[in-house]
Amino acid sequence: MENTQPATAGRQDPTALPIGILAIAGMTVFAAVFLMAESEAAVGGLLAFAAVAVLGAGKLGLLERVRAAFRDHELTMHTAIVIGALAIAWVFREDHFALLMLTMAMLYLTACLGLNVQLGYTGILNFAGSSFLGVGCYTAAVLTQHTAIPPLVILPLGGLMATIVGSVLILPVLRTRGHYAAVVTIAFAVLFKTFLEVNDSLGGPQGLAVGEMTLFGWGFNSNIEIGDFYASFYMNYFLLALVITILAFALTRRIERSWVGLNMDAVRIDELAASCFGINLARWKITAFMLGNFMIGTAGALLGMILGFIAPTNFTFADSLILLSIVLLGGMGSVWGIALASAIIVMLPEKLQLIQEYRFLLFAALVILVLRFRPNGLLPRADRIYFPGWRPR
Amino acid sequence: MSEAILDCKGVTRRFGGLVALDTLDLQMPRGAILGLIGPNGSGKTTFFNVLTGIYGFSDGAAAFDGRDITAYSSQEVYRAGIARTFQRSRMCLPLSVFDNIMVGNHKRLDHGLWANVFARKKLRKAFEESYEEAHELVKIFDPPLAERMFEPVAGFPMIDRRRIEICRALISHPKLLLLDEPSAGMTHEETRQLMDDILEVRDRIKDLSIIIIEHEMGVIERITDRCIVLNFGRKIAEGTYQDVANDREVQEAYLGAE
Repeated sequence: MENTQPATAGRQDPTALPIGILAIAGMTVFAAVFLMAESEAAVGGLLAFAAVAVLGAGKLGLLERVRAAFRDHELTMHTAIVIGALAIAWVFREDHFALLMLTMAMLYLTACLGLNVQLGYTGILNFAGSSFLGVGCYTAAVLTQHTAIPPLVILPLGGLMATIVGSVLILPVLRTRGHYAAVVTIAFAVLFKTFLEVNDSLGGPQGLAVGEMTLFGWGFNSNIEIGDFYASFYMNYFLLALVITILAFALTRRIERSWVGLNMDAVRIDELAASCFGINLARWKITAFMLGNFMIGTAGALLGMILGFIAPTNFTFADSLILLSIVLLGGMGSVWGIALASAIIVMLPEKLQLIQEYRFLLFAALVILVLRFRPNGLLPRADRIYFPGWRPR
Repeated sequence: MSEAILDCKGVTRRFGGLVALDTLDLQMPRGAILGLIGPNGSGKTTFFNVLTGIYGFSDGAAAFDGRDITAYSSQEVYRAGIARTFQRSRMCLPLSVFDNIMVGNHKRLDHGLWANVFARKKLRKAFEESYEEAHELVKIFDPPLAERMFEPVAGFPMIDRRRIEICRALISHPKLLLLDEPSAGMTHEETRQLMDDILEVRDRIKDLSIIIIEHEMGVIERITDRCIVLNFGRKIAEGTYQDVANDREVQEAYLGAE
């Protein structure tokens, strides 16, 4: 069996790349068919098919080769995935709902990549994810309504605001350890929602309207009509969200593949040993916490513009739990696992209205099952590769 | 006092009413290997933990390489040039051999966020140089291990973990190496191999001083220049291995009084 060779072996499997590309093509087609499926029976059937296909591919050693393709031909595989995403968007260019769902999944992914820097790398459990998403949304609301700041600039400002608001938590998070730090973030999440509800200048319980994104004079809330070509206005947001997701992804990856990522891992795994080798625990916890909140806040600002209207009930503790469950489900530290889990968690309840009512119950059960049987998540994190393609001489 | 690499005076550590380390004086010349022995609970590991800033000094002072390190934090002690291993080897098990060794290389790497995320060319150069160096170091201990640098430590047996842990401590060129029971959990033969490796490394690194905590008296006899015996946190004997082994008080501490 070729697929049992160790990761450091210099030999490359020539079948890896074609199989990897085919896998991405297959997933693209599957995602398109899944989004088209109307009846609950069809959705259920597709899910069953996916489960069988994945298990079968695992038995045939194909998954191992897909993994090898990602390891040895990373740029090609990443390009293929972006093309796949664009192809799906093209197929659904007139479908508001499908595009909205895809965009939401990407924004959730961006936010969860931020949580991943905090939890997956550094071990900071942040139960206030949706609060920082809310900070981004409210920043976007206030700035689009009351200032002439270009909306594109508002996105990083949303992230910056989340970082600033989050910095009030730094001292308590540093002074408490493990689960106690998590309790501090829970308290913050509860306080944040209450603060929004009683604060009339931020709309109180009624919430606020958020202005649209505009780019070079082009309003994102208008449909795209060029000659005979027509596309839903969500296409604008889809493309922008894709760019932001790619940036967040690249940032996360580069952090992981550097001494910074190594320091964060060392802090998470063994604080005492880390500090005996000069690693400044506070520095990396603060860096991870602020950087994570920045990513969440940036995603939040765009989320607000897409929703058009935001209220405190969008940012409850339960929503924070959803964000965290994406990270746990996908696999702590695993960027692709989190991408998969974002797609599942965002799209499944929309396609299966049946479970809409019970989705929290279902997600909770799913997280428990995954933690019990696959504690490292659906797609466990791979070993760190500092420079893809680099091999020892 | 440029001769002594480490000069401790009256080092004391109290935990509530318990005196874990009682006015310990310790001096060691540059390049020496000092054995720290004594029954379980006699304060050996406590001494390492106090010295490396994990516990504070309750009393006393320590000077390292001419500097007063009494109030240093763990990070500062490491930067000053003291590296250690742990009794229950504290490795990052999910991380690779290379990653673990690089944790020990912390003070020589650039940790700026900007540099790490955007200056990838420079990072690559640092990475390649660090890899070469770590590879060479591991090769001294075990050439086959050096070919498995990117495998998780969790998959290696105890002796390899000890080797990796010692490499982690040595990669930053410390002036003083603290070894906390390096033979724990290993066979006699493995211990002998490891000691050979440690001696070989010491010949290559000029002026490396070592303090070793050990229960294997064979190891102590073979590699140390001098020994200090602790009992209930107090120094009860000091001298060459032969001297302390023949000391009556030491025999009583280990075997009990008649």
